[in-house]
Amino acid sequence: MTLLAFDWAMIIEKLILIVIIVLTTLLITLYTTFGERKVAAILQDRPGPNRAGPFGLLQPLADGLKLIMKEEIIPTSASKWLFILGPGLAMTASLMTSAVIPWGTEIHLFGRTIELQVADINIGLLYVFAVVSMGVYGIMIGGWASNNKFSLMSALRAASQAISYEIAMGLALIALLMSTGSLSLKTIVADQVTGNWWNVVYQPLGFLIFFICAMAECNRTPFDLPEAENELNFGYHQEYSSMKLGFYLFAEYVNMIMSSAIMASMYFGGYDLPFFDESTVAPNIAAIIGVGTLLIKIVLFVFLFMWIRWTIPRFRYDQLMNLGWKKMIPLALINMLITGAFILSKL
Amino acid sequence: MNTLEILFYALSALAIISAVMVLVSKNPIHSVLWLILVFFAISGHYILLNAQFLAIVNIIVYAGAIMVLFLFVMMLMNVKKDNEPQKQLWVKLIGVIAGGSFLTLLIALVKQNTSFQGRDVLLKDGNIGLIHPLGQALFTDYVVPFEISSVLFLSAMVGAVIIGKK
Repeated sequence: MTLLAFDWAMIIEKLILIVIIVLTTLLITLYTTFGERKVAAILQDRPGPNRAGPFGLLQPLADGLKLIMKEEIIPTSASKWLFILGPGLAMTASLMTSAVIPWGTEIHLFGRTIELQVADINIGLLYVFAVVSMGVYGIMIGGWASNNKFSLMSALRAASQAISYEIAMGLALIALLMSTGSLSLKTIVADQVTGNWWNVVYQPLGFLIFFICAMAECNRTPFDLPEAENELNFGYHQEYSSMKLGFYLFAEYVNMIMSSAIMASMYFGGYDLPFFDESTVAPNIAAIIGVGTLLIKIVLFVFLFMWIRWTIPRFRYDQLMNLGWKKMIPLALINMLITGAFILSKL
Repeated sequence: MNTLEILFYALSALAIISAVMVLVSKNPIHSVLWLILVFFAISGHYILLNAQFLAIVNIIVYAGAIMVLFLFVMMLMNVKKDNEPQKQLWVKLIGVIAGGSFLTLLIALVKQNTSFQGRDVLLKDGNIGLIHPLGQALFTDYVVPFEISSVLFLSAMVGAVIIGKK
């Protein structure tokens, strides 16, 4: 039978990997919301959620249950299908990045070598960039379909903010690309594991620019202008209720985890545990250590995101645009020039 | 039918149906969203031809940037179907006939052109669409046209900023 003659085992293996990655991401996301509230509580010198379960550990489940149980409301004047499509798109776009992230080396199981990466495509970095630029559609469609002027204004703000910071982000990525010479995330991480230094040593300014832009793309304070609850009521998801609202809120956290994973992979060695020779242990154990290392790096970045959120107040809109266009983009261009000069001098 | 053919027909159907929906949709916002789907289907075709760079750039530039600007304009102008000018039936009919005869002309041209006949399509094969050979070609053989077009883009950008400031 020639119909659909391809490696079914590979397909099943990838499917299982995708399901594991998505479920793990959602589970971590659930506990990131809890972490956010705990971090906020610590920074504001109060106990935080501590009633549900030991140390309040069941709080995310209670939150999730509450969101699901709420009444599902679709405004009569809303454009129904787009109203439903919006949160789904936001969630999809934020989860799609996980396809190119190398979560570890490889595991040997049942006589097969399983790569801990869904797709090693040779345009990995550009794929990340494309997915980031897709992320704005969920917000824009949801904001417009709500048929509410506050939602629409906030959606437009979100879109213009995302577009402005995407440019500086892309330029920072180009500088990284120049110094690594590869677009494949797997190669970038492997070079950092075998080479002496992590990429952040070669690209400190590039990392700083990328980090700030990632914060702006995730709509985190100080860049949470799209939400700006004291001037726009609640932002683009004002008309949403129940799990559709939950999807928007979750998508923000998934975005945060994914951009942390990208930053860890591109600038901080990915699954590389420093000062440890992976070849001294069995390959499977080394892979598991690698996955754990990457997760720890992600958690550290997420904590940094939260720390900044609860420390710095929100920008004004003109300040945000000034920072994006007049500071980040020139800085990224200078970074690119310096990288180019450095590469030329080494030739 | 092998996998490639199934993918080809699925993507083609998606592209054509979405393209028809762009025209048929009464609401301009829906048209823009269908157009985004068309770009995705075309990117899928590029990937089938192993032109990965072209595919991803098509998504970044068209679906990711230009369509966002389209949506922006539509949303800010608040174009709705009730305040859109309705054309008369005979105008629509003339449009369909004119477009249809142009399509017939194009198909006839492509079908009769001898340079298209007896050629094989490089499916999932050949490396000209990959980023490394493409960069090599652009910066060695075609460096002058490449630089001239970048100057053109720069002047367009400067022009846009100057017009925007007025």
